[in-house]
Amino acid sequence: MSNSVTNSNDYLQYLLKSWSAKSASELTGLNQLRASAIDSVGTQKLPNKHDEEWRFTDISPLTRLTYPPSQQQSRLQFSDIDKFCLQNTTNRLVFVDNHYSPDLSNVADSQIQILGNLHSLMSSHASTIESHLGHYAKFDHDIFTALNTAFLHDSALIIVPAKTCITEPIHLLFIASQQEVSSYPRSLVVSGPDSKVTLIEDYVSINQSSYITNTVTEIRLAAHAQVEHIRVQRDSKQAHHLANCAVSLADSSQYQSICVSLGARISRYNLEVQLTGENSNCTIDGLTLISGQQLSDTHTSIDHVKPNCTSRQQHKCIVDGTAHAVFNGKIKVRPQAQQTNSSQSSRNLLLSNTAKVDTKPQLEIFADDVKCAHGATVGQLDSEEIFYLESRGLSKTTARNLLTYAFAADVINRIPVASLKQQLEQIVLNQTQGI
Amino acid sequence: MIDKNSTTLLSIKNLHASINTTEILNGINLTVKSGEIHAIMGLNGSGKSTLAKVLAGHSAYEVTAGTIEFEGKDLLALPPEERARAGLFLGFQYPIEIPGVANTQFLRLAYNTIQAQRGKDELDPLEFDDFVREKMKLLDMKPDFLDRSVNEGFSGGEKKRNEILQMALLEPKLSILDETDSGLDIDALKIVANGVNQIAHKDNAIILVTHYQRLLDHIVPDFVHVMQAGRIVMTGDKKLAMELETRGYDWINADQRLATGVNA
Repeated sequence: MSNSVTNSNDYLQYLLKSWSAKSASELTGLNQLRASAIDSVGTQKLPNKHDEEWRFTDISPLTRLTYPPSQQQSRLQFSDIDKFCLQNTTNRLVFVDNHYSPDLSNVADSQIQILGNLHSLMSSHASTIESHLGHYAKFDHDIFTALNTAFLHDSALIIVPAKTCITEPIHLLFIASQQEVSSYPRSLVVSGPDSKVTLIEDYVSINQSSYITNTVTEIRLAAHAQVEHIRVQRDSKQAHHLANCAVSLADSSQYQSICVSLGARISRYNLEVQLTGENSNCTIDGLTLISGQQLSDTHTSIDHVKPNCTSRQQHKCIVDGTAHAVFNGKIKVRPQAQQTNSSQSSRNLLLSNTAKVDTKPQLEIFADDVKCAHGATVGQLDSEEIFYLESRGLSKTTARNLLTYAFAADVINRIPVASLKQQLEQIVLNQTQGI
Repeated sequence: MIDKNSTTLLSIKNLHASINTTEILNGINLTVKSGEIHAIMGLNGSGKSTLAKVLAGHSAYEVTAGTIEFEGKDLLALPPEERARAGLFLGFQYPIEIPGVANTQFLRLAYNTIQAQRGKDELDPLEFDDFVREKMKLLDMKPDFLDRSVNEGFSGGEKKRNEILQMALLEPKLSILDETDSGLDIDALKIVANGVNQIAHKDNAIILVTHYQRLLDHIVPDFVHVMQAGRIVMTGDKKLAMELETRGYDWINADQRLATGVNA
């Protein structure tokens, strides 16, 4: 074991060396944040399978990938990224290897200063940024959040003023174009009281190369705010994707999350939702669709801090080949969070005999007047269903694809953006094409 | 209808089939010509549904002896989807529910697959919608059938109507309807039977698998076969079904014993 610890230390040492104290912005607060994050990196180590939170996911291959931070060298044209753009979505922030690309982005009304890169919103929103950035995704216990914060550079910002409804979805498009680099995408969404916004956080790659994406997203909902958050991870199948998302809900706010994980050789998504206001409510739908040798790990935590909140969660994994999916869903109900209503379901479909899933619901309930339900299932495609479809002329492959699609459908159907929904439908319908 | 000049669609000779080494079919012989309606009756466990599934190609059953020819071709050599494309249709006793797949999506996929096989034009969603709504009138089906998931939450009668709708869309040469009458109230039975009668014509054939004579009041068979212990033990016309209704299956047993000279 000492060997891998040494490796882990070497790896972090390498990353520390590539960090520079040079000013990222005019905001002194940001530089302080970066500096304390890099100090925190120095005190942490990479997790291994002896850590309870990482027991199913071996992250050690990462230590062999000493990829430097990505540099700004994009020559991408709009024609290169056209296929990733979504119809009827005019608000689009594009980051190429985590460098903001104003040429590829499109902001419908730049006067209103609601969304943009960190730097472009700095002058108008300095105090908002300083009072929210880094306040929800804490870095002192998470090495990847610490690294992301230490290397904080460009960031997608959405700051929705009070009583403002942004009707069109905002597409945050993070494109990987360079190989063997590390990039640290960052997003912050601050939605004011009585506001409403839909965002699509989308990770894509230009080619099937190896790189590391380490992302952090923070979302704050003020009282009565509504946020729909669609997250699609379609990184290269050679990539490593590490992600943290922290969401904080004030009174009577509503957070809806739909997360679809398709890409990356190894991926890990931590979603932490804190219901810090009464009568707030969250729904979280997840779909993991992997094959080959992929490993995809989703860890969620829903923390009921205050009374009268509801949470509903369903997570589905479709696993083919020798791939391995992990789901760990923690629901915490604190002593004062009476009248909590919470449900969680984990459903898993194994498409091959060598596919693997580990699912672990984790309930920690400290209040006595609550309603919490949870369940988990693991199964395979039903041979009688396949026969029914074959008896109508469908080939075995088409039948399997249709049933796989049907399994995923109730997650995909929740996506409120038609063009994205159609893209994902096609991906799922073709998933088992090889059989 | 029986017509001496019609062509043979199905020819089953000495068919033996088993599941998990238990023999269920024990020497079936049956010939079905175009234009004919056959009824296969018998008690539970006599092998009726097994015969239906073996014809459709269910992989759980192993054919251990005998032959099945469909329009002169070896049916047993074909996987289930190619049997369907060749014009064979099985109406399921228990139609499968597929949550998440809209009925219209499933019906169009099946229809277009069969159309492509026949070298005919496929229909886009709009064209198909018009086409399927016309067919649904045959079965007195409400339009919301199309938007619901395949068979999910359908009543027994709705599921069976959905089966006959598929039969109407796919225009098979030979349909095997496995206990299509089970679970139907009398009104639904009339609707389903009426639909089947409108689909039946001189160039296709139907095998009705049923326990009861009441379906045969509405769909009049040309032949009635009685199955027992994996064999067809008696064949007659529609009067045989009525006789069974009044005298029960024990009468066949007694009759058999007489015929073979065996004492009980």
